[in-house]
Amino acid sequence: MSVRKIYSTAALALADVLHDDMTIMSGGFGLCGIPSVLIDAVLASGVRGLTIISNNPGAEGLGLGKLFNTRQVHKLICSYAGENAQFARQYMAGEVEVEFNPQGTLAERIRAGGAGIPAFYTRTGVGTVIAEGKPLAEFDGKTYLMERGLRADLALVHAWKGDTEGNLVYRMTARNFNPMMASAAALTVAEVESLVEPGQIDPDHIITPGIFVDRIVVVDKVDKRIEQRTVRRRAAPVEE
Amino acid sequence: MPWTRDQMAARAAQELRDGYYVNLGIGIPTLVANHVPAGMSIQLQSENGMLGMGPFPWEGEEDADLINAGKQTITTLPTTSFFDSAASFGMIRGGHIQLSMLGALQVSEKGDLANWAVPGKMVKGIGGAMDLVAGVGRVVVIMEHTAKGEAKIVRECSLPLTGAGVVNLIVTDLCVFEVRPEGLALVDLAPDTTLDDVRDNTEADFVVALQ
Repeated sequence: MSVRKIYSTAALALADVLHDDMTIMSGGFGLCGIPSVLIDAVLASGVRGLTIISNNPGAEGLGLGKLFNTRQVHKLICSYAGENAQFARQYMAGEVEVEFNPQGTLAERIRAGGAGIPAFYTRTGVGTVIAEGKPLAEFDGKTYLMERGLRADLALVHAWKGDTEGNLVYRMTARNFNPMMASAAALTVAEVESLVEPGQIDPDHIITPGIFVDRIVVVDKVDKRIEQRTVRRRAAPVEE
Repeated sequence: MPWTRDQMAARAAQELRDGYYVNLGIGIPTLVANHVPAGMSIQLQSENGMLGMGPFPWEGEEDADLINAGKQTITTLPTTSFFDSAASFGMIRGGHIQLSMLGALQVSEKGDLANWAVPGKMVKGIGGAMDLVAGVGRVVVIMEHTAKGEAKIVRECSLPLTGAGVVNLIVTDLCVFEVRPEGLALVDLAPDTTLDDVRDNTEADFVVALQ
């Protein structure tokens, strides 16, 4: 079995890759499916001036939110920033640059970047500030605006299961932006909750083929956080 | 008496049709899921990457890997499928979702929608709303009729737009407006609400077409 892609720690997997002013894609939606161990390694490396491409900037002190506390981020390309006081303060003070994208446009820009498509047309944002400065074109009587594909120097993704070839499977809604990001960077590092031998994942069930994954780190214990814990209360036990 | 949030959701649920794939936004739109008529099959989409969204989990069964677009813990159904966010918005942009229900800050008489930014206030972001209103065939806004006494149904939106000419129906605590090519039409009134109540709280012009 090939172990070429396997690294023993996140720090080792990123050691010769990280540098100041680089562009990093980071998977996840909110705190769901984020590569938290790889983010911690970016934090520990101390690289600065980063352009981060992610749907959200983590939460206060969690996920990518940590990189705002240490002022490692220069620019954020995201869809929704939400409630992160440290990020909000830096954004309002003009210390961090932010580019908001419609969520589907962001997802498609990354997909296009990974698929070698430099630009595409979409209806999303026509007639809004999102259209400012973007070329418009009419197709079949409707107006569309042009969006550019997005690529990065490095993509960090989180998967549920991977094999040593780099084939990945995700778990439920933790998939989100991870598969597109894996395809859209010069180098992709995946953290996986479990690593198996090639052949142990049904080829029909593989979501991200190994061609998109350069390096793999196994993470033993993942600290998964829930942002909005919503539940149904159980009725009191009924006598049988 | 104006409709309660739950009654607004129930009124909006009259727009559902058997077999629809539906995206419900955060807030009152979420409550529409509680009013799906018996015997009707509706699949709810969550734009982060799921179709067939189930109810909140039983206490103790929450799973951090299973959340909706509001980042709330949810559950699967036998019909559930998962996919990435690009495929999810492909469904939305590609016109495969029949109905989108969402909240608003302002709606104009032309169906322009503003629901993401207030000048001078911190912009939290756009999320999926711009894609939804651009790609979904029928867009229903559910919102309070006014905000702090200010009309939200206006001639022209003063806030940054989410989409231009995208809203088909507005359900508020006072009434329901259809957005027609020629302007707004009042098609339903909450109990004990008068036309004057609606006129006093609406900046836009409308015709009365109660059904």
